[in-house]
Amino acid sequence: MKESSTSVQEPPGAAGHLSHPPPAWRPRTDPAPLLPDPEPYRVLGTDAAAGADPALLLRLYAELVRGRRYNTQATALTKQGRLAVYPSSTGQEACQIAAALVLREQDWLFPSYRDTLAAVARGLDPVQALTLLRGDWHTGYDPHEHRIAPLSTPLATQLPHAVGLAHAARLKGDDVVALALVGDGGTSEGDFHEALNFAAVWRVPVVFLVQNNGFAISVPLAKQTAAPSLAHKAVGYGMPGRLVDGNDVVAVHTVLGEALARAGRGEGPTLVEAVTYRIDAHTNADDATRYRAGDEVEIWRAHDPLRLLEHELTARGVLDEDGIRKAAEAAETMAARLRDRMNAEPVLNPMDLFTHVYADQTVQLREQAAQLRAELDASAEEGSGEEPGEGSGEGRTEGSGEVR
Amino acid sequence: MTTVAVKPATMAQALRRALRDAMAEDPSVHVLGEDVGTLGGVFRITDGLAAEFGDDRCTDTPLAEAGILGAAVGMAMYGLRPVVEMQFDAFAYPSFEQLISHVAKMRNRTRGAMPLPITVRVPYGGGIGGVEHHSDSSEAYYMATPGLHVVTPATVDDAYGLLRAAIASDDPVIFLEPKRLYWSKAPWSPDEPAEVAPIGRAVVRRRGSSATLITYGPSLPVCLEAAEAARAEGWDLEVVDLRSLVPFDDETVAASVRRSGRAVVVHESTGFGGPGGEIAARVTERCFHYLEAPVLRVAGFDIPYPPPMLERHHLPGVDRVLDAVARLQWETES
Repeated sequence: MKESSTSVQEPPGAAGHLSHPPPAWRPRTDPAPLLPDPEPYRVLGTDAAAGADPALLLRLYAELVRGRRYNTQATALTKQGRLAVYPSSTGQEACQIAAALVLREQDWLFPSYRDTLAAVARGLDPVQALTLLRGDWHTGYDPHEHRIAPLSTPLATQLPHAVGLAHAARLKGDDVVALALVGDGGTSEGDFHEALNFAAVWRVPVVFLVQNNGFAISVPLAKQTAAPSLAHKAVGYGMPGRLVDGNDVVAVHTVLGEALARAGRGEGPTLVEAVTYRIDAHTNADDATRYRAGDEVEIWRAHDPLRLLEHELTARGVLDEDGIRKAAEAAETMAARLRDRMNAEPVLNPMDLFTHVYADQTVQLREQAAQLRAELDASAEEGSGEEPGEGSGEGRTEGSGEVR
Repeated sequence: MTTVAVKPATMAQALRRALRDAMAEDPSVHVLGEDVGTLGGVFRITDGLAAEFGDDRCTDTPLAEAGILGAAVGMAMYGLRPVVEMQFDAFAYPSFEQLISHVAKMRNRTRGAMPLPITVRVPYGGGIGGVEHHSDSSEAYYMATPGLHVVTPATVDDAYGLLRAAIASDDPVIFLEPKRLYWSKAPWSPDEPAEVAPIGRAVVRRRGSSATLITYGPSLPVCLEAAEAARAEGWDLEVVDLRSLVPFDDETVAASVRRSGRAVVVHESTGFGGPGGEIAARVTERCFHYLEAPVLRVAGFDIPYPPPMLERHHLPGVDRVLDAVARLQWETES
């Protein structure tokens, strides 16, 4: 900047007056109401539980039982070679179920790869939810059908999407709220920061749920952050942070419900940290004994989300042995059906590789598709039946004689 | 022909008009980026849009490129047609994870259920005396990512036509704006803009029979000037303006090289791993028996972009293009 020292017009009084405080500064937001409570919010085992609607509790219970069974079934499918990998949410079912059930039909869910249970509890076909992890395609469903964004593998990258979608919905005047799920490790990513900042600045109707399960694969929270809690991070963005017991499904449902209602009223985003625990290893391919002690898992089993709710319901006489058995049977039926369906070979069409790269296939992709078509036809003519993609239980490839 | 006032316009004016017309025609078109609102962008390409369409249609965002592009993804998921401005080539790099893992792949990941009609405008290239991180030629990064279209205008007509086509596209388009041509002028009427071929079509800017210069964006004026200078040497050079790097117009390029028998690819981007290598390979694969000489490349050196007082040594200029033409084995001519 070139400025002539003589031509500068001095503001009135500037020559004689000096302002010691920075002139433009003012507090932007009172941080006190944004601060999370010192302890995670709980309902089960407290007086607040008495006020909970029994019908809702029974529904949450049935979903938790199904959710636990879904997790064990999916893990079993990895051992049978029916899933390439499964990141289990065992121990985190309360977060998954509460997130799914608290949303209204028109709202959107933005899950990460560990959140297939939330997607299933929202109504998605479990086979479609598991497509990514089976490996026959990336996203196995139309996101618009249940308003569930594609399962996001790159950490926290789904959070700005939730912000943008909720922002767009508000611009269009639609009553839509987005709920975005992320883990404790994901809060270290730049996209977490950028999403929360955009959401707060734009007052977007979005809620961020951090499932703090204690580990980012092997790295414990202490190596992830020096913040007082992850919920405290909200304050820096000018949004409220809420801390909740992530294994108390009623508490998570309540806190999320309040945050979503607040967002829907146009009062902006909320960051919710749910304190939970990953009972299983990161995935079936991981060995958690390399980085955590066995008694830690046992300590958390005493705070199991399913047992906490079951205890509450039986103590109140809302649930009896017969109810427990029926819930278990329903979950078993679900698991058997899922197992049967996953045992069917997925139908693969190698030509799909070229179908959805662009709206209109480029000349170059048409040439490459023709090359693959010719390879498939040649291997079919050899009569070996050994087509690319077939064999080793990878799935059945559509007959190459098929004309598209 | 009607007599419309065809006054000279700059590429910047044509780009601005393209954004304005797109926003006026389609309420789902939203512009977002750093300084695009009140300021009108550091290059003033979005000047007046916030005033005409409101802050919700032309939005000053927080300073965070991944957040901008990530938010644009969500907006596109909900049916909007975002046009993102990246302030400079090198400032787009923080957005690459969103671009590569989501923008480019979403249609594919969802079997077509969730296309993302996003246009990312990126001022690129050198020659404006910018200090470091303001002059990168980043096109090779984008070209290497399936799912993206990559286009770049070199003329005022194309600036308008290609940007309208990019915004109308149902696929994500990287729209590379040669920043040193922002102030280039040509007769242009905003009321009767010239028809521009759809994305994916190259154009022959100058007919010639001796050799073909294959170029795009900021290097087109260099090649046209070189072609004029080459007449003194007895060479009649053809100049092909690619306009679209992805999809690549093999047909137009190969037809030209088959006519001329010789080719030089000219661009600012680095030679090693740059677009020229891919283009030379494609030309060789299609025109081998027509070629009188190897396809040569005139590219930026394989160095980090130099400081402004040295950039003239780096940028391919007329002399370097003519030197390459001279090396096209003319001795084989009878």
